[in-house]
Amino acid sequence: MSTASTSLQQSMAETPAVIAELYLKFGESAFVRQHTAEGMPTLWLGREKLLEVLKFLRDDYRPRYEMLLDVTAIDERLRVHRGGQPESDFTVVYQLISYSGNCDIRLKVALKEPDLKVPTIISLWPAANWHERECWDMFGVVFDGHPNLSRIYTPPTWVGHPLRKDHPARATEMEPYRLDDDIVDTEQEAMKFKPEEWGLERKSDTSEFMFLNFGPNHPAAHGVIRFALQLDGEYVLDVVPDVGYHHRGAEKMGERQTWHTYIPYTDRIDYLGGVMNNLPYVMAVEKMAGIEVPERVKVIRVMLAEFFRICSHLLFFGTWAVDLGQLSPLFYAFVDREKAFNIIESITGGRMHPSWFRIGGVAQDLPNGWEVRVREFVDMFPKKLLEYNKMVMANTVIKQRTIGVGKMNTQDAYDWGMTGPALRATGLEWDYRKNRPYSGYENFEFEVPIAVNGDCYDRAAVRVEEMRQSCEIIRQCLENMPSGPYKSDHHLTTPPLKEDSKQDIETLINHFLSVSWGPVMEPSEVSMAIEATKGINSYYLINDGGSGSYRTRIRTPSFIHIQAIPFLSRGLMLADFTAVVATTDFVMADVDK
Amino acid sequence: MFSFEVGSLLNIAFVLGAGLVVSIMMIWVERRFLGFFSDRLGPNRVGPFGLFQVIADAVKMLTKEDWIPPFSDKFTFVVAPMILPIVMLLSLAVIPFGPGVGVMDLNIGLLWIFAMAGLASYSTMLGGLASNNKFALLGSLRGAGQMISYEVFMGISILGIVILSDSFSLREIVEAQRDGWFVIPQFFGFIVFMVAGMAESHRWPFDLPEGEAEIISGYNTEYSGMKFGLFMIGEYIGMVVMSALIPVLFFGGWLAPFGLEFGNEIFSGLFWMGAKTTFFLLFFVLVRAALVRPRYDQLMSYGWLVMLPLSLVNLLITGAVVLYQAG
Repeated sequence: MSTASTSLQQSMAETPAVIAELYLKFGESAFVRQHTAEGMPTLWLGREKLLEVLKFLRDDYRPRYEMLLDVTAIDERLRVHRGGQPESDFTVVYQLISYSGNCDIRLKVALKEPDLKVPTIISLWPAANWHERECWDMFGVVFDGHPNLSRIYTPPTWVGHPLRKDHPARATEMEPYRLDDDIVDTEQEAMKFKPEEWGLERKSDTSEFMFLNFGPNHPAAHGVIRFALQLDGEYVLDVVPDVGYHHRGAEKMGERQTWHTYIPYTDRIDYLGGVMNNLPYVMAVEKMAGIEVPERVKVIRVMLAEFFRICSHLLFFGTWAVDLGQLSPLFYAFVDREKAFNIIESITGGRMHPSWFRIGGVAQDLPNGWEVRVREFVDMFPKKLLEYNKMVMANTVIKQRTIGVGKMNTQDAYDWGMTGPALRATGLEWDYRKNRPYSGYENFEFEVPIAVNGDCYDRAAVRVEEMRQSCEIIRQCLENMPSGPYKSDHHLTTPPLKEDSKQDIETLINHFLSVSWGPVMEPSEVSMAIEATKGINSYYLINDGGSGSYRTRIRTPSFIHIQAIPFLSRGLMLADFTAVVATTDFVMADVDK
Repeated sequence: MFSFEVGSLLNIAFVLGAGLVVSIMMIWVERRFLGFFSDRLGPNRVGPFGLFQVIADAVKMLTKEDWIPPFSDKFTFVVAPMILPIVMLLSLAVIPFGPGVGVMDLNIGLLWIFAMAGLASYSTMLGGLASNNKFALLGSLRGAGQMISYEVFMGISILGIVILSDSFSLREIVEAQRDGWFVIPQFFGFIVFMVAGMAESHRWPFDLPEGEAEIISGYNTEYSGMKFGLFMIGEYIGMVVMSALIPVLFFGGWLAPFGLEFGNEIFSGLFWMGAKTTFFLLFFVLVRAALVRPRYDQLMSYGWLVMLPLSLVNLLITGAVVLYQAG
């Protein structure tokens, strides 16, 4: 029996401790329980109880739910298969994670039109700020008490809320776009940074502040992001990040694509992560379909994901050094990255966006002789890392520039939703691969590097060490690559193994259907998270029985991390600010989706 | 053979020509060497070894749109980039490239160079201020601050040499090193001068007025085409001046080491001076490839708290020793 249905049955059979406790505390009538494919405790509750319940989960319940992982919404108005869920037009979804208890909980609040209001939870988690702005921007859900509920992805002049079902998904469904002179003027005016809107003063008793537009075209901004800096001389008093320049509506596209054809879009979310983006998506779909992938597939996936982790971290490493004013390491890092890409290319045929994972397997088997090139790499790379350590990490000026700069402790990291290397740099030893192994990570021996101070230097050091660990994982993949098929023989595998379709008409029809139309599965909800290059990346898919998803929610780490930049850089100098930006290691495509 | 005399037309043509050619070729040398240092090739497409890259660059710069921002102070914006190459060429004039080779022999040669270096900072400051751009403003403020603080101990650092050679004339300073290079008695002076020299010519890692990771391109953010080119050429001439000045002050100028003189005195002098200058030019490039840019406040506190006391102590000890020896 597949794991998906087992966990579903388990979750139906027993009540998780947290739900029992909540029933006890707030009364069973306050909640409606929902069962999802991945078995995460999911409760519906009224908005008036929301703050109280979240506060209880954060502070009083043991184990504590330390971090707000995600806030999103669902437009339920066109949904057919609600499966006994409470009536709702728009549902706001909160997902919490407990690191101490290694468990999750999902809370849903049903809203009826036209009263789309929930209380803000910024008082509990400051990270909720941007999540709530995103929900307002995308769905038009109003968060009562939010200090500045403004658009975040779309421009301030935008009309409508893109992720609502009645909003067009393609430009061809709308009026032809015209940019007349008067529209240019209004748009320009709307883009102006007004410090008062963000509660910033224009001057103090002693000095008049300068507001500096750092980006969207700035060499150290790492993509199209704008930071409005409030400067006193060279000291950064406050920062207002402005994102959305890279917004492509990846979640909206998920509603138009089939389960299969959406895979290439995921590659382009964290465009430095390549196939690692495919992983949570295909695993989520596989969980819904009840597909158990063969061992060989798991190991191939792990190997490629780790290659991409190395590629991404190398890019971070090089640009970080350049941002601090060291020219050469970037080129060394790129030479190695090139070698890794050559291997990826010879395996997948693509370099940065191979879109190579498939529902139920991978696109092809490994090519002949792949071991030779991979072995060359794993023998070469650790030596290179030692060199980098000497050149950059042990450099006195780099240390002076980064130690103690942009510090945060674990509690700050919880508050700001920091995951991945940024969280581990504060001293919390928690890695999805280790604590909740997926895709067979439990079979690998590797360490989770952590640091103590949570400053810029530590964040970089953790990533450098992670590259070494990734290299070790790749070596283990190389030495223990299981034999077997590269695709599962489940009928929902897309596209299915060609050989089978030659055997009988039944499999041929299946093949035909899932290729031309797309695989169709039982309606369900599922979410799947992984330890991506930059933190926790999760896909929350709602299947309404169609050939594609009804709602695709992508929780990207970069989006949340950017929100912490003001917290990290207040009071620093301009040069430190670039160090903080560099070590936040975001990718704008991952921020803006 | 030619008989050289300081200030003859031939001499002027030679120094100006050589100085300019070397400065311009440094663009190619630097890019090529940076390439080798960072595991890549550098420009190698235009001409043999990419040597004509310089010409391609020049053509590109001259044919680019010469844009003057409408929001700038136009007169200052145009004048600022001219200052730098002019004053740098003027300071090149007093450098003694060999016995009898040079444009001027000023008895205050050292002071002249300082005066010119001081004027060079106007280029950075005015360029940044005239641009009317926030990044340029930050860059020119950094430039001004850096210039003021590093010029202080740059001046003090070479006073030891003036004491030892009893002269401000660069030719006499070279002659005074016949018995031994000043780098030995003035080692700390040399270190301080070297660092300050890099800071003066805005070379990496002291290019904070440009610091591209922080302030895009600093004072020259708004510049394009040949106006930007003038800043660049000025920086390279400055680099040549600095690389020639260090041998003159500390490594015996045109004097041959270990009595390795050969042939005509002038040619031997030119050869050794050229060799020493080249060494320091390449050293500047290596430094650029290797070092990390410090933060602005770190740079300042390093200057005032380490370099200034060091140069003062050096001056004090030199003076004491000379007085003691004089009895």
